Amino acid sequence: MVNSSIYPVKAEVKSLNFYYGQVHALKNINLQIPEKKVVALIGPSGCGKTTLLRCFNRMHDLYPGHTYSGEIVLHPDEVNVLSKDVDPIEVRMRISMVFQKPNPFPKSIYENVAYGLRVRGIRRRSILDEHVERALRSAALWDEVKDRLHSMAFNLSGGQQQRLCIARALAIDPELILFDEPTSALDPIATAKIEELTNELKKEVSIIIVTHNMQQAARISDYTAFMYMGELIEYDETGKIFTKPSKKLTEEYITGHFG
Amino acid sequence: MMAEESRKSRPRFKKRSLLYSDSRFGRFRRWREKLIELLLFLSAFASVAITFMIGFILIVESIEFFKVVSIWEFLTDTEWTPLFAEPRYGILVLLSGTVVTSFVALAVAIPIGSIVAIYLSEYASSRVREAVKPVLELLSAVPTVVYGYFALLFITPLLQRLNDEIPGFNMLSAGLAMGIMIIPYVSSLSEDAMRAVPMYLREGSYAMGATRLQTALKVVFPAAFSGITAAYILAISRAVGETMIVAIAAGLQPNLTFNPLDSASTITSYIVQVTLGDLPHGSIGYQTIFAAGLTLMCVTLFFNVLGHYLRRRFREIY
Ligand SMILES: Nc1ncnc2c1ncn2[C@@H]1O[C@H](COP(=O)(O)OP(=O)(O)O)[C@@H](O)[C@H]1O
Ligand SMILES: [Mg+2]
Repeated sequence: MVNSSIYPVKAEVKSLNFYYGQVHALKNINLQIPEKKVVALIGPSGCGKTTLLRCFNRMHDLYPGHTYSGEIVLHPDEVNVLSKDVDPIEVRMRISMVFQKPNPFPKSIYENVAYGLRVRGIRRRSILDEHVERALRSAALWDEVKDRLHSMAFNLSGGQQQRLCIARALAIDPELILFDEPTSALDPIATAKIEELTNELKKEVSIIIVTHNMQQAARISDYTAFMYMGELIEYDETGKIFTKPSKKLTEEYITGHFG
Repeated sequence: MMAEESRKSRPRFKKRSLLYSDSRFGRFRRWREKLIELLLFLSAFASVAITFMIGFILIVESIEFFKVVSIWEFLTDTEWTPLFAEPRYGILVLLSGTVVTSFVALAVAIPIGSIVAIYLSEYASSRVREAVKPVLELLSAVPTVVYGYFALLFITPLLQRLNDEIPGFNMLSAGLAMGIMIIPYVSSLSEDAMRAVPMYLREGSYAMGATRLQTALKVVFPAAFSGITAAYILAISRAVGETMIVAIAAGLQPNLTFNPLDSASTITSYIVQVTLGDLPHGSIGYQTIFAAGLTLMCVTLFFNVLGHYLRRRFREIY
């Protein structure tokens, strides 16, 4: 199942098990994330996609009952981000996340994007300005907001808010970006914009995207992982998964027989 | 047996009352709804009416007062000696006492209350929170007269040990006691507002590599700002209107001063003083309390309007 074409490797999930209290939500996951590619996580609702995604940036550490074992090794420095010796804040400085629902902070557009830099203690205006502009350009939002950088982020449309959240995630120059169904709350036009964006972004950064939309996975990802009931069933190049999957379960899901 | 019989004797009736809305029961129900609505309206109306009536009485009595004393004199004179042979009516004198004691109280209650709110909402486990909240709320359940004596007999001697020139009655001591009393007003409402901030906003902040403190101060606090403003405004109104503590511990001499170490009378403590005295109704001395009361009401009204405006301005958009 481990595919030799995945090279160079950005992150490696090894024997990952996850529990919500007593609920065994991820069962022995092994997965390699290639560098500067888009990996899609697909599978029926409740199969553990979000849970897996949130392991990468240690979001589960915020909740006392959530426990996990195994490793996620980040290359090239081979640090195991799940290790108890690694500060989750360090991890989140390298791996950023875009959520299902746009969640801009109650601040101006500029301050939203600058947030990640500010929490790192960066105060120099010139540095902030430069990063904010670059991130907004990368998120294809600059032209729409450049004249109102200091107005509240809430005044943007849903699609713009989500691109703002992407800009916020990009501003810290992450190595890996996690997207959790970033378009599920958006209309088709806003969705198309964000899909286009992931295509551009993968030139710079590795991407993992959770989606329940199989067409979306087929359109934008290079690799696809199919999960079912907490297990990773099949992981391969997207073309292969959608044309000739090797597992019966994958085929049934792809052809719409369940889920 | 009995129940069975009566059920048998009225089968048609029961059916009708369920099926036809214009049956006798249906009509009765509609009447009852109307009656309840009327009663609810009347009680809502009564509270509004009473508020207006209080304002009306204050204004009418004050008009009598302002026939004798000009508004200009009232607002600019620097003496308040309504019972002297040469009476002077400068409300600024009493207002300065109110402002200073309230300022001291808020300087205690707003920072401490906000810190407590941040701790309870963002740091404390739910067990700690459930234990601490009722104890904290007890602070405002203590009768104010007890705070008054606490200020006079405990805080003042303590302050005098630091500086033996502080008089036995002073505004600092009264303000501090008032501040302690007001802490739960600030902390409780602010905490509610902060806890209402949705978790996905906090997660957004943590995901950017923020610490807990950064998340609390830079995201949760601003997101809850309108609720927190409401808490602060309530605290201000509470401080401005507080009577017993200042009457006991701040002294009753009208004194135009902004030094908290001085003794001075506030608008409220002046009103108690006159109300307890035996001034004849209708005398100008007696009418001063309505003018003072009206001033107080204008001040609290101002803060309520300000709070309303700020709340609308910063209303959370989720
Ligand atoms: N906070 C939680 N507490 C307990 N169980 C949870 C929690 N979040 C998710 N789960 C359970 O874990 C499983 C995986 O959930 P999730 O990762 O959100 O699925 P997906 O994103 O694929 O729809 C589901 O069965 C879900 O009910
Ligand atoms: Mg999900």
